[in-house]
Amino acid sequence: MAALINVPAKAKRGDIIEIRTLTSHIMETGFRRTMDGALVPRDIITSFTCRYNGAEIFRADLFPAIAANPYLSFFTVAKESGKFEFEWIGDNGYSSTASASITVE
Amino acid sequence: MPTTRRQFLSLAGSITVIPIVTLRPLEATPAMLNTVIRNVVGEASIRTGKVKLDIPPLVENGNTVPMTVSVASPMTADDYVKSIHVFNEKNPQPNIGNFYLNPSSGRAQISTRIRLADTQKVVAIARLSDDSFWQVIADVVVTLAACTEEVN
Amino acid sequence: MNFWRAIMLAALAATAPALLAGEIPPDARRSGYSFMGPDTRAMQDDDTSNPGMLFVLDGEALWTKKAGSADKACADCHGDARNSMKGVAARYPAFDKTLARPVTLDQRINLCRANHQQAAPLPYESRDILALSAFVAHQSRGVAITAGDDPQAKPFVEQGRNLFMQREGQLNLACTNCHDDNFEKRLAGSPITQAQPTGYPLYRLEWQTLGSLERRLRSCMTGVRAQAYDYGTPELVALELYLKARARGMPMETPAVRP
Repeated sequence: MAALINVPAKAKRGDIIEIRTLTSHIMETGFRRTMDGALVPRDIITSFTCRYNGAEIFRADLFPAIAANPYLSFFTVAKESGKFEFEWIGDNGYSSTASASITVE
Repeated sequence: MPTTRRQFLSLAGSITVIPIVTLRPLEATPAMLNTVIRNVVGEASIRTGKVKLDIPPLVENGNTVPMTVSVASPMTADDYVKSIHVFNEKNPQPNIGNFYLNPSSGRAQISTRIRLADTQKVVAIARLSDDSFWQVIADVVVTLAACTEEVN
Repeated sequence: MNFWRAIMLAALAATAPALLAGEIPPDARRSGYSFMGPDTRAMQDDDTSNPGMLFVLDGEALWTKKAGSADKACADCHGDARNSMKGVAARYPAFDKTLARPVTLDQRINLCRANHQQAAPLPYESRDILALSAFVAHQSRGVAITAGDDPQAKPFVEQGRNLFMQREGQLNLACTNCHDDNFEKRLAGSPITQAQPTGYPLYRLEWQTLGSLERRLRSCMTGVRAQAYDYGTPELVALELYLKARARGMPMETPAVRP
């Protein structure tokens, strides 16, 4: 699934940087019904994690009240060059990952 | 003994010295919301302040509402925001999201997009590193599209 | 809610006869963007926060993916879309000589699939057709709309214009009653726009997904309690062509974000 990640390519050591992520997911609430009255089963992303060179720097629990194609923005301190890894986990065994690198001077 | 104006003012003055525990806004919200908040907060008191909730007071569509929560915090190793919890009053489920931060977050601020089924209150609660809880409550008016299509 | 909406629409219908159907002068035309609040504008402005870009990314992957029994990808004929597709969506719906009628961009993609890839057509509003047409139309972002310039398309532009002016449905409203005569007023809580289709396929917050102009037209028709034309019918294509011709000269925004 497509994901859009916005991490600055370069930062100065100690800078506070914003990380923005957007991923494709229907986020079906589990509260909707079809025209013939059948409940549409819940299908959402339940958890998001961001790791910076292996260490968790941000985590979120998501609920059906998060809009489709979840968008998340958060901050971290640029400490060293390396890699951000993003992981979305959800219902029905859903899992997707993305990554982005940063150069810290 | 009747309270004179001077006595009242001195009483009022003393109250500002004692930390005020504000639970009043929560009493106005339904029991379900209160229960889930208590699941996160436990018996701790929730104070109003420190937390800022940026959400349009009149949203263009309740299916996708941009929202930013920020907390006034130095984000140092011994004074930081541990987590931010966002709740709503009238969706089928009161939880919106839990967001876990740490001193290396640098800034205690998160943004996401949420669903609001109706005009209602949104509550954001921050847990600080000293395990104190701070909240803000926003009233959001949700308008619906004039011409909605038939459900598929 | 539906009841309340019906009252609002009925109130509008009651005042409609007093209003003159007037087309909007070229310099008074406004994109739906200008009717939105700052938050929704911000969502469209930044590509990494615009959820429509997720579909453009998917379309980019499909562009180079081989399909059908011809085992050919779009890129095998058209090469780099950044060059070959620039300005293309701005002139759609475009007149097709073989069919002797205008076709939408979605129909063109499916004609390509049938004739050159020997692949099954992609269903209307399916993720893949939306992704491909968003990717193609995105190459025209900022390009001025030229649809309807082709002399052979003129009779179909006229057909679309007539449909735009024609009252229909239980509320007996024509497109023009809202979008020419009453834009910037409100219908329930939502601003009425000029119906300038500059950003399709676009991400509608209400839909929580990307959708075509045909989907939007069909939901308008349902709104006035009319029987909506099916996807791909000549009437819907003519309406789409008229709307694009009406927005001639305005820049493409695909993928736009709208409430």
